[in-house]
Amino acid sequence: MSSSHIDLSKRHSEKPVFSAEKMAEVQVLFAQYPEGKSKSALIRVLHMAEEEFGGWLSIETMDYVAEVLNIQPIEVYEVATFYTMFNLEPTGKYVFEVCRTGPCMLLGSDSIIDYIGSKLNIKVGETSADGMFTLKTSECLGACGYAPMLQCGKKYHEHLTKERVDEIITAYRAGQTPN
Amino acid sequence: MGRRLLLEHDNVAGIETFDVYRKNGGYRSVEKALKSMSPELVLEEVQKSGLRGRGGAGFPTGMKWSFLAKPEGVPRYLLCNADESEPGTFKDRYLMEKIPHLLIEGMIVSSFALGANQSYIYIRGEYMWILDILEKAIAEAYEKGFLGKNILGSGFDHDLSVAPGGGAYICGEETALIESLEGKRGNPRMKPPFPAVKGLYGCPTVVNNVESIAAVVPIINDGGEEYAKIGLGKSTGTKLISACGNLARPGVYEIEMGITVEEFIYGDDYCRGIANGKKLKACVPGGSSVPILPHYLVTKTAAGEDRLMTYESLADGGFASGSMLGSGGFIVFDEDQCIVRNTWNFARFYAHESCGQCSPCREGTGWMEKVLHRLEHGQGNLRDIDLLAEINKKIEGNTICPLGDAAAWPVAAAIRHFRDEFEWHVDEREESQKRNYGLIREPQSIA
Repeated sequence: MSSSHIDLSKRHSEKPVFSAEKMAEVQVLFAQYPEGKSKSALIRVLHMAEEEFGGWLSIETMDYVAEVLNIQPIEVYEVATFYTMFNLEPTGKYVFEVCRTGPCMLLGSDSIIDYIGSKLNIKVGETSADGMFTLKTSECLGACGYAPMLQCGKKYHEHLTKERVDEIITAYRAGQTPN
Repeated sequence: MGRRLLLEHDNVAGIETFDVYRKNGGYRSVEKALKSMSPELVLEEVQKSGLRGRGGAGFPTGMKWSFLAKPEGVPRYLLCNADESEPGTFKDRYLMEKIPHLLIEGMIVSSFALGANQSYIYIRGEYMWILDILEKAIAEAYEKGFLGKNILGSGFDHDLSVAPGGGAYICGEETALIESLEGKRGNPRMKPPFPAVKGLYGCPTVVNNVESIAAVVPIINDGGEEYAKIGLGKSTGTKLISACGNLARPGVYEIEMGITVEEFIYGDDYCRGIANGKKLKACVPGGSSVPILPHYLVTKTAAGEDRLMTYESLADGGFASGSMLGSGGFIVFDEDQCIVRNTWNFARFYAHESCGQCSPCREGTGWMEKVLHRLEHGQGNLRDIDLLAEINKKIEGNTICPLGDAAAWPVAAAIRHFRDEFEWHVDEREESQKRNYGLIREPQSIA
C-alpha cells in the first residue's frame, strides 16, 4: 500500500497563496466541471500547488488548497497521502524517479539506481548534500520500450546508461535541462 | 506489414497540429457522423465492427455502450481511460503523444453516439507533458469549431477536458478512475451499480481506453463491416502492441490481429528477435497481470498449433498453458533472466499499488511480496512455494476490484511453469545467488 503519513514537523513558515495569474488558471479548471463539482480539480490543483510552493505539499499548502476549493482540509489530506506523486516533505531541487518495475529491471534499472546513488552519495529516498538531487524509485512509468529510464519533473530520460546519467547530472548541475 | 488504421500517419511531420492532421484526412468521421448519421447508427457501426476494449479486458465496446442508461434530463458522460499503468504497456502514450487529434476525434464521435455533452480524458499524472500536448490540440479543435456549441451546425454540443491523476495504478480500474476524477482517493466502488447506470457524479457513464476510442474513427470512416474484415474471428481490427524487455527492436507496433506470435517476435517488420542473439526464455504477452508463458508455449499452443496474436489464441489452453492478449504489453525475457526475481518484482508492484480497501488484497499482496523476496534471496524453503499458492487462493475472487486477481494470477502461472526454478532457489541457495537458472526444459507432456 502506498499511503504515507504527514510529518507535522515539516512546515512552511508563511501561508502559501497563489498569484492572481495562478488563481485565474484555477478558475479555468473549475469551469471544466459542473456546478458544485469543483472538487474534481483537486488533484490538478495539488500538482499546481506543489510546483508553486517549493516542490512539496506542507500542511499549510494543503490547508490553503482546501480553502481554494472550499472543501474540508481532511479531504485534501486523504488525497495527498494516497497518490504517490505528491511529495509530503521537502526534496532536492531535482527529483530523480527511477523506474524499477519488471521491464526496466530486465534492462538494468537496478544498476542504474545503484550508480546514481553512489555518484550522488545518497541512498534511495535521500537528498544530496548540496540539496540538488533527491533519488527515488518508482513503479512502471510507461516507458518500458525505452528502458531503463528516470523521470525528473515533466521530463522522461530514457535509454539510460552510466554515461547518460553522468551527462544528465552535469546538465542539471549547470542549470540546463538535458535532452 | 499489415494495415495501419491508427498509426498510419504517425511519422508525418506536424501531425500533432490540427491543420496537418486535417490535411491527412482528420476529423472526417466527425463530419460523417454529425452530418449524416444518427447516434444509433454510430453505435450500430461500432457493434458491427466487433471492436473489443483495448485496455485489457477485451469486452465488446459496442455492447458496453448499449448498456448506458438514458434517463430523461440526466447528463451522461464519456471518460477516456488514459491512466496507462500496466507494466509493459506504453501504447496509449505513443498514440497521444504523436497523434493527439485522433483521440479527440474519437471522443467527439463516441460522445455523439452516447449523447454525452461533456467528456473527460483522465490521464496518469506522470504523463503531464502529454496533458500539455492534448490541451493544445483541444484548444485547436475548439477554435476550428469541432468542439463547443453546435458542432458543424449539427446542433450537437460537446465539451472536452483533460484531468491528471496523481500516481496510482488502481485508477486504471474504471470505478477508481471515477472516484479519482471526483477528487477522491482511488478506491474502487462496489458493482453493481455499474458506471453505465451510476458513474461520474452518480450519472450514467462510459469509460473506454484511449485505443478503443481512437479505433472508433476508422470504424466510422470505413464502416464497421470493413473494420471487422481485418483480423480473425472475434479478434477484429488492428491492435497496438507495446513490445519491451529483451527484444532487438522494442517499441509500439500496430498489428493486424491474427499474425503469428513467431512473426511478431522474429519478423523484420516487428521486433526482429531477441536482443544480443540470445534465446527466448519466457513471455508475458499482455501486461504484467496476465500469465507468463515458458518459451515452448510462446509461439506454439500446447496442441502444437501456431500461436496467434488474437484474444482467443493467446488464451488457448486456459490458465494451464495459455495467457491473455490483455493490454498488449508484450514483455520478453531472454535466457539470462531470473523468473523468481521477476515474479517478486511484479508482486512488489502489486503490493505497492493495492489501494488497501480490501483485506485479502492489502494483506495478501504484501505477504506474497515478502515470501517471494525471501525465495529470490536464497532464504526461502519449499513450503513457501505452496504457501504462495494458498495466499493466491485467498485473494482471488475475494476483492472488490480485479487488482487482487491481477496480483495473484502471475504468481500462480510462474509457479505452474517454472516450479523447478523456484525449487532450485531453495535447493541451491548459494548457487542461486551467484548465477541464473537458465532455460527450463520442456516437460514430457503439457497438461
